[in-house]
Amino acid sequence: MKILRIFLIIFLSMSLSQLKSDEKNDVLKNKILKNIRCLICQGQSVYDSESDFASSIKLIVNKKIKEGISEEQVYKFLREKYGDWVIYHPELNKNTYILWLLPLLLFLVGGAIIAKNLIFKK
Amino acid sequence: MKNKINIIILFIFLIFCFIVFFKGLDNSNIYTPKTNIQKDLPIFKVKDFITNTDVDSTKVFGEESYYILNIWASWCVPCRKEHPLLMELNKNKSIKLIGLNYRDNLNNAKKFINELGNPYTQILIDKDGTKAVEFGAYGVPETFLINKNKKIIKKFVGPINKKILKEIELIVK
Repeated sequence: MKILRIFLIIFLSMSLSQLKSDEKNDVLKNKILKNIRCLICQGQSVYDSESDFASSIKLIVNKKIKEGISEEQVYKFLREKYGDWVIYHPELNKNTYILWLLPLLLFLVGGAIIAKNLIFKK
Repeated sequence: MKNKINIIILFIFLIFCFIVFFKGLDNSNIYTPKTNIQKDLPIFKVKDFITNTDVDSTKVFGEESYYILNIWASWCVPCRKEHPLLMELNKNKSIKLIGLNYRDNLNNAKKFINELGNPYTQILIDKDGTKAVEFGAYGVPETFLINKNKKIIKKFVGPINKKILKEIELIVK
């Protein structure tokens, strides 16, 4: 009876940890799929799309996560195949410097103009 | 004087914005990945259409020759349209044609080939579309030109036409 109880506890804890790991993988998978643009229904993410392309990408992302490949590596794989545009959140590189730095620059210039006007008014 | 300069700068800026947005109206909203590419051939295992056995992609593209990989499906209407051109391309001895049957019913695919002819040296099965992703394809039909160094050098999205056929023949000459 004691052995049966121990066996049951081990079995339950193993199932629970498996469930937790599956849940963690699902969260990561959905996060990645929401950040990939569907090239067939452009304007929709792969997560939302039901196209053939989207379902193939879903299978690939699922497989890569199960293999233990990181989020960044999945994006790198897709960038190599389809270019930067396939990812919604663009990474900082020589092609995207203007995209990332222009708003910051405009904010600083605008702030400087406002600050200058305020100082002059005083 | 200072006000005048400010107005002129503002005016130039507005004209610049207008030109940028006006030019933007002509741009296509549909993104197409680059077609002039130099990518290594992906390595994968895939099922053969005839024997239904696993084959290695390195063996499929093993010979020192130009290869055309054509992604097709029996349910794809443009594939039917481009098929006679693939039959014509098959006559060119410098190229080996490989077909990748994309997300298809095997019986329908066999009927398609029996009806229209088989231009391919070998046909591979891509049941779930994941092999097409390895090539960077996102639909059917798509055609890839692979050179003797096993690099994908050109990609044609959509059905091939006579102009593309001539372009391919010129490259492999």
